[in-house]
Amino acid sequence: MSKPKFVYVTYIRTTPEKLWAALTDPQTIRKYWFGITAQSDWQPGSPWSLKFEDGRTADSGEILEAVPGKRLVIRWRNEFKPELKAEGWSRCTMEIEMAEYYPDFGGKAAKLTISHELEGEGTKLVEAVSGGWPKILSNLKSLLETGDVAFER
Amino acid sequence: MADVSKFKPKTVYVTYIDAPLEKVWRALIDPQFTRQYFFGFAIEIEPRSGGAFRLLAPDGGTHVSGEVVEWSPPHRLCVTWRVAGMKDFGELPECLVSYDIAQAGGSVQVTMTESHSWDVPDAILRGGQSGWPKILSSLKSVLETGKALSIETGMPAGFVDAVKKAVVEKPWLRSSS
Repeated sequence: MSKPKFVYVTYIRTTPEKLWAALTDPQTIRKYWFGITAQSDWQPGSPWSLKFEDGRTADSGEILEAVPGKRLVIRWRNEFKPELKAEGWSRCTMEIEMAEYYPDFGGKAAKLTISHELEGEGTKLVEAVSGGWPKILSNLKSLLETGDVAFER
Repeated sequence: MADVSKFKPKTVYVTYIDAPLEKVWRALIDPQFTRQYFFGFAIEIEPRSGGAFRLLAPDGGTHVSGEVVEWSPPHRLCVTWRVAGMKDFGELPECLVSYDIAQAGGSVQVTMTESHSWDVPDAILRGGQSGWPKILSSLKSVLETGKALSIETGMPAGFVDAVKKAVVEKPWLRSSS
């Protein structure tokens, strides 16, 4: 039996550079992540965290890989829900590619793939992020394509 | 009518769209919309349970054919789905595709569920897992910006061979479930 893993793919009309900026800029993250934002200098080995608006830490971890415009891997642990924190470390991989497209339609798009899986045993964290990522990534897509998010909460 | 209880969800994709719920429903059943976001295919659907359902290629050929299992506007549509327009694929058992549409705060949640009645190999499931994010990303763009993405369909590696193998071996005939 393979470990539970959440994988989500979305296509966004934008460039890899703008998508990378949206994934790593704290002010942009806050707009599509329901007020939560990230703190990191996005260098491999550096600490990383997600903070609520009131300053509490939602999640914490470390940047494992960072290739601007292409790939970001974060070692990630929940900090605010004891039953999720108890499951320990997870790994979140974000990959950016240019999508193939029909030039006739002019529909150039970047493909973003998010994979999130636990390092050890457990199912609760993957269940939780399975609900969260589609909302966050739908908002991110709206923000990049329209300048506004799809919804606030 | 298909026996829905025999089908198990295998692929689920959720997206949130900033558009009125009725408009999201219309985009799923109106050929003017589907042509934009569904690789150029036009939907043809009889608006009732038991009605006929097809996706027509730009040349008029039938790409997908099936039957309406549930017609509950504007919240749920479920159809049987047989890909007739691709070599070998039409010989596989039909699957079920459902769209559930729900208000989620100021946004509309669309959940696509692809269900199968047999133990489908992962290599075949990857066909849908590759296609649905393109289709539903483009649907969201059409509704929010008026412009589709129209991404290349391209099949994932191993997909065509897996379909060929299944058509020869017909594993669904010995499925115990």
